[in-house]
Amino acid sequence: MIRGKPDEDDYWNNSKFKAFTFDDEDDDFTRLKESKRAVNSIRSLVEEEDEEDDVEKVSWSGEPVGSISWSVKETESSIRSTGEVRDQSFPKIHTAPSLPKNSSGYSLSSLFKGKAKTGSFQSFSESFGDPSIRNYAPELRKPKSEYKDYVSDWTPEETVKRMQQGKVYSLEKFRSLQDKLLLLDEAVNAHDGNVITAVLIYLKKSLSKEILFRELITREIALRHYIHYLKEIGEQKLLVELFKSMDRTEDMALMQYRDHLNVRDENKRRDFLKNCLSFPFSPDDATHVQDHYTLLERQIIIEANDKQVESSGQADIFKKYPRKASILNMPIITTLYYSCFYHYGESDGTFSSPANIRKTFRISDKQFLLTCLGARAKLKAWFDVDALFTTKNWLGYTKKRSPIGFHRIVDILQKNNAPVQVLQDYVNLVEDVEQKISLAQKYKCHDVIINTYRDLKDRQQLIVYRGKVERSSSEYRKIEEILSNSQLRWKN
Amino acid sequence: MSAHLSYGRVNLNILREAARKELREFLDKCAGSKAIVWDEYLTGPFGLIAQYSLLKEHEVEKMFTLKGGRLPAADVKNIIFFVRPRLELMDIIAENVISEDKMHSPRDFHILFVPRRSMLCEQRLKEQGVLGSFINIDEYILDLIPYDGDLLSMESEGAFRECYLESDQTSLYHTAKGLMTLQALYGTIPQIFGKGECARHVANMMLRMKREFAGSQTQILPVFDSLLLLDRNIDLLTPLATQLTYEGLIDEVYGITNGYAKLPPEKFAAQKKQGEVGKDLPTEPKKMQLNSAEELYAEIRDKNFNAIGAALSKKAKIISAAFEERHNAKTVGEIKQFVSQLPHMQAARSSLANHTSIAELIKDITSEKNSLYSFSFHVQLTTLHSSFIYLFYLYLTRQVTSEAFFDNLTVEQEFMTGVDTDKVNTYIEDCIAQKDPLIKILRLVCMQSVCNNGLKQKILDYYKREILQTYGYEHMLTLNNLEKTGLLKPQTSTRNNYPTIRKTLKLWMEDANEQNPNDISYVYSGYAPLSIRLTQVLARPGWRSIEEVLKMLPGPHFEERQQLPAGLHKKRQQGENRTTLVFFLGGVTYAEVAALRFLSQMEDGGTEYIIATTKLINGTSWIKSLMDRPEAP
Repeated sequence: MIRGKPDEDDYWNNSKFKAFTFDDEDDDFTRLKESKRAVNSIRSLVEEEDEEDDVEKVSWSGEPVGSISWSVKETESSIRSTGEVRDQSFPKIHTAPSLPKNSSGYSLSSLFKGKAKTGSFQSFSESFGDPSIRNYAPELRKPKSEYKDYVSDWTPEETVKRMQQGKVYSLEKFRSLQDKLLLLDEAVNAHDGNVITAVLIYLKKSLSKEILFRELITREIALRHYIHYLKEIGEQKLLVELFKSMDRTEDMALMQYRDHLNVRDENKRRDFLKNCLSFPFSPDDATHVQDHYTLLERQIIIEANDKQVESSGQADIFKKYPRKASILNMPIITTLYYSCFYHYGESDGTFSSPANIRKTFRISDKQFLLTCLGARAKLKAWFDVDALFTTKNWLGYTKKRSPIGFHRIVDILQKNNAPVQVLQDYVNLVEDVEQKISLAQKYKCHDVIINTYRDLKDRQQLIVYRGKVERSSSEYRKIEEILSNSQLRWKN
Repeated sequence: MSAHLSYGRVNLNILREAARKELREFLDKCAGSKAIVWDEYLTGPFGLIAQYSLLKEHEVEKMFTLKGGRLPAADVKNIIFFVRPRLELMDIIAENVISEDKMHSPRDFHILFVPRRSMLCEQRLKEQGVLGSFINIDEYILDLIPYDGDLLSMESEGAFRECYLESDQTSLYHTAKGLMTLQALYGTIPQIFGKGECARHVANMMLRMKREFAGSQTQILPVFDSLLLLDRNIDLLTPLATQLTYEGLIDEVYGITNGYAKLPPEKFAAQKKQGEVGKDLPTEPKKMQLNSAEELYAEIRDKNFNAIGAALSKKAKIISAAFEERHNAKTVGEIKQFVSQLPHMQAARSSLANHTSIAELIKDITSEKNSLYSFSFHVQLTTLHSSFIYLFYLYLTRQVTSEAFFDNLTVEQEFMTGVDTDKVNTYIEDCIAQKDPLIKILRLVCMQSVCNNGLKQKILDYYKREILQTYGYEHMLTLNNLEKTGLLKPQTSTRNNYPTIRKTLKLWMEDANEQNPNDISYVYSGYAPLSIRLTQVLARPGWRSIEEVLKMLPGPHFEERQQLPAGLHKKRQQGENRTTLVFFLGGVTYAEVAALRFLSQMEDGGTEYIIATTKLINGTSWIKSLMDRPEAP
């Protein structure tokens, strides 16, 4: 178990939740060691037989020697080593360009990933005529409909069937709107994306878009396939019209927003986002897109400015901590961190000041504090850290406040190697006494521990603690002093 | 290589053999020596049905990865492309073929589409002017691949996204076809149960396909008594939870693809021979095949991770004792016998060594106190190259991994038991502040939403804002996708029905016994997967007892019967178990598979399960499939 704070242990003991623990009574870890020992001792006995033939051979990369992917590698590399390839070496399998992987390979969605050519897919009714339809399993007999290969007045159902089987078929004979729709419905019924799209392409060609759009409204699945098809072949304009006529403006806005990801140049990307602002997003998304645009706009300004300042060598901060990468396209919180790192203390009016960023992007108090704290602590600017928490009341007294528990502040400071003097100030601010003591012990804030025990009048604990510090240390002397103070009324 | 497929209740080797036969027939169509050019993605799934030796017997002499430019030289008569039907692959093939012509080499071209031909792809080849160069264009229907003795997978990663986000039901069509193939080999399945929209579609298609084959009934005694079709979206909760079985954790931490896991090499280095070590320590991940062909793995894969230490040490003792036997072998006969057993013992020993190493690796992550290694760490790092951001990141993520694992689990368990699901969770808040991997955040937020039947608008907005501010505004696309699939949603009614579902189906068990389980809840140390509870209740006492709960879950539930030809009605022996095929549409986790295996093994269970799915998933791979990610710059 993780030795957590005492209250955490209590929580597990008392609450109805069962902690998922890995090393309870029977320490599993020792068991693993045990079995490892056993394995090792056995090995020394039988080393010489290590290459037994009966054991399946496995290459280091783990594939059984002879598996397909192993063999692809093997035959490829043998070719390379014999130098048969002249001008270009064929890459090993793992360095090959990674083909898109996350699609099933079954779906239509996966069919259009390549660059589209306009004016393609005109004649699907042409024959892809090899009727060598094989059934997967020999036991399957052919359905009756297949015997009608040479009859040409196929019903929508038969046509769809033939399309699925990759046989000759013709869509041209579906002339009336009603026939075409029957055909479409039949394709949708078959749930086969390949066929649905082929029918849609025929309808796109043979119907006016107004009529097609109208009919698609009531045919959700066909509509989705149509949208996907248009997306993949890049018919953006038609797609926008479609969304408009369907009253699906939010979908359209999102889809267009998505395209910003393909814009590399930051200025072009900014302009692209600016253009997006006028799209009919949902109110929430509209705010996010606005923020996205504003952020990139600022990052471009800050980047240009800081690059110049850095190269001119004017500012110490850049000399001391040179920038290694640009701030462009980083999330807002990262940008805020950057701002707290390089632009702390700038007046609220500048684009790069933390206060301005905080206000413009409505960053929550917690997030602001955490980010700011991280940046200032990294720079060991303990004074700034202090100021973050200090508030004055109306009488002029100062007090430290935080929207986040001080125990977390302590953790963050400690991770940034804050000196004990700094740490103990914050450990002292932890309200829960037990938590305070456990933190103080963790980070060796002796004063905090000693004072706390003194305030608790806990003589026993103090005596115990005396045993833990070195005899010659000032802590030791301090404990001695307190223990010998006759004014104190100990509770034990 | 495939013997383990035939040990189960249903001999899945028959299916594998059918697939191999098909493959051989195609290869023989292209007479003479050949080279195969692979769509890299396919080598994994193909590896599950065939070895290089099979291809070699049919004159496959070389194999390459599909890549643009000119094909490597190889003195063969035929070049065969094994590809998925995707347009961008057609462009690459066209490039290959066109540059080939310039060299005037007389090689024949063929294409094998997997899992099926596509008119549009062929059209594309035609546009590129190369369609005529192909002698054979064929398809290889790889619907259901035998993954293990009791497990079939379509290995179709995009299925959930396509069905539930894009309303593209093509994968359902393939599911139905796969099930028809299965029935052709194993007999008509008399009863079909289902829950969910997609399940309904698949059942409808199956019944329709069957009508089309009317009159040509298969004369095979049915092997399966019933089929249960389950939509993934009736149980969105289970994949979000961290799996706690051995196999499940391997998948959560390292990922299992096509039956292989890639593991960090350090712990395995010592296993090499003394002389080899030190020469060069392997830096490549160790790739390991994980299936029930390995005796030890079959024994421990489905145990809760907390029971693994004990299991391994017990095994170690047995093996040690076996090796000690050599001292007792006095006569020549005895020694001979001992030696004859050596290979088997060797294999057991090396298997034990491997799993001890894996268990150690996982333990480092789940419980070692001072490990700084974070398993999802590198993913983020690739996007952060600036040193100061890197430092910022380091300071934020420098978290004792095990503590993170433990805290994460605690929050999951709180959500699953319904504690404070209607408030902003401080742990999630902290994780965002620490810039933990986005997928981890999304898993938790979605889980909270599912366990609360939607989040209050204010809370949802808060999470969304924090996520967008910390990870970038472009992730609003991903958040939108999650909302469309119902993983994340605003609360519409005031009524949260999750507690009712939890109580009725006993989804949370207080005293899950991890060592000697008596209930399926052991696979998540307390949480019993909803999908498997539905399966369990269906077998006994039947769904009629939980009508109310079924109505709360999306989609219809139904039962269909398929007529069997006279004479094929199975007469079950007294005490003979029923066999049920459970098909998960949209993915299943290893922990769910473990839970079903547990039910199969229960003494008075009465039902044995064979499991089929579109893809084996875990929370991370699942959420990833729903993300709209920018193309890597």
